[in-house]
Amino acid sequence: MANSFAVDEDRDAHLSGKKPPPPAVLALRHAVLILISLTTLAPFIWMVLTSFKPLAEVEQLNPIPSVWHPENYAEVFKQVPFAHYYFNSVFIAAWVTFLQVFTSCLAAFAFARLRWPGRDGVFRLYLATLMIPGVVMLIPNYAEMVQLHLFNSYIGLIIPASFTAFGTFMLRQFMLTIPRALDEAAAIDGASPWVVFWDVIMPLARAGVITLAIFSFMGNYGSFLWPLIMIKSEYLRTLPVGMLFFDSVYGRQTNLIMAASVMNILPLIILFVSTQKYLVKGIQLGAVKG
Amino acid sequence: MSSVKLEQVYKRYGNVTAVKDLSLEIRDREFMVLVGPSGCGKTTALRMIAGLEEITEGRVRIGEKVVNDIEPRDRDIAMVFQNYALYPHMSVYENMAFGLKLRKMSKAEIEKRVGEAAAQLGITEYLKRKPRELSGGQRQRVALGRAIVREPQVFLMDEPLSNLDAKLRVQTRAELIKLHRRLGITTIYVTHDQVEAMTMGDRMAVMKDGVLQQCDTPMEVYHHPANIFVAGFIGTPSMNFVKAVVADSLDGDLIIDAGSFHFDILESEKKALAEWKGKNVVLGIRPADIYDKNLRNPVDAGPRNTLTAFVDVVEPMGDLCTAYLKIGDVDIVAMLDGATGAKSGEKLQVVVDVSRSHLFDPETEKAIY
Repeated sequence: MANSFAVDEDRDAHLSGKKPPPPAVLALRHAVLILISLTTLAPFIWMVLTSFKPLAEVEQLNPIPSVWHPENYAEVFKQVPFAHYYFNSVFIAAWVTFLQVFTSCLAAFAFARLRWPGRDGVFRLYLATLMIPGVVMLIPNYAEMVQLHLFNSYIGLIIPASFTAFGTFMLRQFMLTIPRALDEAAAIDGASPWVVFWDVIMPLARAGVITLAIFSFMGNYGSFLWPLIMIKSEYLRTLPVGMLFFDSVYGRQTNLIMAASVMNILPLIILFVSTQKYLVKGIQLGAVKG
Repeated sequence: MSSVKLEQVYKRYGNVTAVKDLSLEIRDREFMVLVGPSGCGKTTALRMIAGLEEITEGRVRIGEKVVNDIEPRDRDIAMVFQNYALYPHMSVYENMAFGLKLRKMSKAEIEKRVGEAAAQLGITEYLKRKPRELSGGQRQRVALGRAIVREPQVFLMDEPLSNLDAKLRVQTRAELIKLHRRLGITTIYVTHDQVEAMTMGDRMAVMKDGVLQQCDTPMEVYHHPANIFVAGFIGTPSMNFVKAVVADSLDGDLIIDAGSFHFDILESEKKALAEWKGKNVVLGIRPADIYDKNLRNPVDAGPRNTLTAFVDVVEPMGDLCTAYLKIGDVDIVAMLDGATGAKSGEKLQVVVDVSRSHLFDPETEKAIY
């Protein structure tokens, strides 16, 4: 890593005509970067190591377990229906992701490609909802779900999270970069607005859609507060809520919480590593266009 | 095939009027070129015919049908865009077949039409490629192919050659003309390039600031421009304009007096010009109507059409030579034969073909003749 960094420095220096910094400065820079990386990684390493400790050793400063306890992982499955929580989390996050992407695509298309009176005003209004903190909406959403008899149900968890102003904004910006002549060519070729959306714009907005889907899944998979207040039945609990079992009035089983947490973040790590390219693109898009 | 008729068409964007009172008829099977500088409203007019812009006022007919409120897809037209607007995620075949699929044509018919059009345009070998794998010229052909397979009533082309290099542009220009002859489909072609307008159109409509200036055959527009704008816009280099007065000569004949020089008025025009006596006019002389006196040329040199010029700059181009001349205090551009002996900083005797000169009213800018 240090080498590739140095190569980049050389190339940049060559391109800009500047001299490369002296080795001492380079070493200092690397030291700072390594320190930041360790600070970020430390909690994760601590979490993994703690998940293998016996309960008695959890609060000891020595991070390495004296005896390794991989059975902590099996214990998690014994004490709670952990597989079911897993399914719930993935099932709900997948549905929310699908619906958020679907509604954002349609809204973004309407805001970016269709002409209708008041379009920009409505868009600004929609965007303004980003300013409202999610917690403020908790009680109204809860009351609404109770009135609709959707309390303690999958649908009650999914529906209120299915619309995202952020996603609409991101995809709109993405769609604005697609040349308008393509819609016009398609309209002359005989395409209805739906065909333009589905056959022309959506394939070209694929990278944006994938980025949104990843953001959306990551955001909803770890959702805690909304499932906590919406779910009463044990079999509807999601992973973050389910893990509360290990921290009850009867005591805190920190080693099991850590084992559950490792299993909890595993899908996110796999998702992050496999889709890094799109995430970076999405963040750049927000930076440039936003 | 069909005619296209614009009847007193206006297009307004807020306070800006992009097209003003445009009335124009494009005949069945005709190749009509809309030409003018940037912002003259030619593309807006084309887009209104296509249905991509709403018509603020007036009517557009395709055939006998008023199409103002008809969607682009139902107008039976095909359009070639300036940047081709090929669908980047589709192959060449899919690009060409897209419109046919939407019209629920059978697969066999689609294959037949796309195959034929591809063969005509020489793009059969690229059918499986994506647009990004093609050169500019090849993309242009695909865009044309996409229009041809539809067999529409009217072709609309919005500066389709402007993204090609000079050589390819000349070649494609000729191919487009041949294609039009073969298919015989009514074509409306927008360009800012007056060479394209002159060489391609059966007729051309010259526009400026949203207003139609003149619509006629290229030769008629060139030889009989309706006003100073058309006279200056059509022809390269531009026509020379010189302020002058219609005056009496010493022997009582009407002459055009430009201060530094004067010309006889053509016998045929004398009667019409009698009322202009003593009034200011603008004299127009095309650079190609000025000749080097020392070479053989089609005009007889006489005392009233031979001028002594000071040669400012000479730009030899082989068989022709552009010379920037000064006659008295008047700047004149001449397109001389390449064999001319004109040299920068020297004097040169030039002969003007007065019979091909033009006179304009300086106030209305309209042609007097």
